[in-house]
Amino acid sequence: MTPPFSVTGLNVSYAGRPALRDVTWQAAPGLTAILGPNGAGKSTLLKAALGLIPADSGEARFLGLPLDQARARVAYLPQRASVDWDFPASALDIVAMARVPHMRWWGPVPRAEREAARAALAAVGLADFAERQIGRLSGGQQQRVFLARALAQGADLFLMDEPMAAVDAVTEQTILAVLHGLAREGKSVLMVHHDLSLITAHFDQVLILAGEVVAAGPVATAFTDAAIARAFGGLPGRT
Amino acid sequence: MTEFLQLDLPPLLAAILAGGTCGLLGSFLVLRRESLLGDALSHAVLPGIVVGFALTGLRSAGPMLLGALVAALLATLAIGWVRRAARLEGGAATGLVFTGFFALGLVLLELTGARSADLDVDCVLFGQLETLVWLEAQGWASFFDPAALAGMPRQLGLLAAVALVAGLAVALFWRPLQLIAFDPAFAASLGLRVGRWEMGLNLLIAAAAVAAFESVGSILVVAMLVCPAVALRLMTDRYAMQVLGGAALGAGLGAAGVLLAGPLPAALGLAVSLNAAGLIGTLAGLVVAGCLVARSRMA
Repeated sequence: MTPPFSVTGLNVSYAGRPALRDVTWQAAPGLTAILGPNGAGKSTLLKAALGLIPADSGEARFLGLPLDQARARVAYLPQRASVDWDFPASALDIVAMARVPHMRWWGPVPRAEREAARAALAAVGLADFAERQIGRLSGGQQQRVFLARALAQGADLFLMDEPMAAVDAVTEQTILAVLHGLAREGKSVLMVHHDLSLITAHFDQVLILAGEVVAAGPVATAFTDAAIARAFGGLPGRT
Repeated sequence: MTEFLQLDLPPLLAAILAGGTCGLLGSFLVLRRESLLGDALSHAVLPGIVVGFALTGLRSAGPMLLGALVAALLATLAIGWVRRAARLEGGAATGLVFTGFFALGLVLLELTGARSADLDVDCVLFGQLETLVWLEAQGWASFFDPAALAGMPRQLGLLAAVALVAGLAVALFWRPLQLIAFDPAFAASLGLRVGRWEMGLNLLIAAAAVAAFESVGSILVVAMLVCPAVALRLMTDRYAMQVLGGAALGAGLGAAGVLLAGPLPAALGLAVSLNAAGLIGTLAGLVVAGCLVARSRMA
């Protein structure tokens, strides 16, 4: 079976300092958590694979294909802090952005696309907030708007950059429920994540990074105290 | 009426077109948190203008605009290159490149002798709105008389063309522009070539700055790129209102400045006449201040 995502020999550096060294890894279908300390290159892996930052070398494949041939089947969820939430737009406006490749570029959003965006908002528990300006949503609600936008892409593979960072309990439960729903539909999720306590209960596999691959594989075999200690520099894992 | 057509209409139209175009494009600068870029681009075009002028010896729209666009293109590429090569944040790279380009423009201005010929610094800074006249106008029928229309100030033709292109571009590319302004990383993940879109937007802004600066001056260009967009930013949460309202406010400020420059001092009992461009800038500043006050009252 084709792996949903793979990278081969990926090297990335910032200002000459290596951020990722020779990362070769293949994801298995299902839910994967990408773990590691700050600066381990977790977000960098997603961004470099998607071509958002330049890689020194290496190749990424999505559902067995180069990115350009797989784009319509790949959804990316950036970190919430990467955008300006004072932007003049409603939650529905933001979710509808997922459909830009499938819409004409001018005029009102077509009815079918609006409905798809509303359905995605409903799936994250924000049906009643569609018209609300995004700056007036809580941090957790903003995170769910981003999740809804990713869902509205109708993708088979989801790359999520820390969607559970600093969110409220409702948002955490909602995101986990969405993740399991995606897994049941046979979709794959790679999620950069901090909280080690949720891994065993909710994820199928882990990739543990610390500038390079420390451990990778099913949670039962790869998510070990030894691997965590090695990645987090011998310190107890962050929670 | 003939006097209005001959003396008042050309500056009025120029101010409306310049204010409207800059007000329209300014929202994208403000939303992308790159307000400085308007200032930068309007300065960085100078070497292009001088070269265009020196090569053709004419201060006509074509070569100047072309030279300015080439300079804006190079400046945008240079800003990106400096950012990457020197690992500078965007504002620092922008400041570095535009001062360099502007300095080069000043040197070229001396070397080519363009300065003594016609490119006057006062005119570049403050514009010459009051000197725009349409002496061929003999009544409304002149609008349908090709011979009379040919006598319209050439700045109006350039302003109208750039306004049309900017308006069409914003209308036709409404959604990608919105997406790129909000979340360029996500836009790129969808396959949009964000760098090229930003380049296109920068070229439009440079074209607007060049078309507008001759009539209203480069200082007012910077003000009109920023003030209407900032005022709307304070007053609305709706994207369409932000973009279209910015254009309307820019155009309205232009019209108000020209129409009030004469009557306002008279009404105040002053025996002076105001410079229209200066009044437009003052009004723009007052509007932003008013919006700030209104916003803080609401909060």
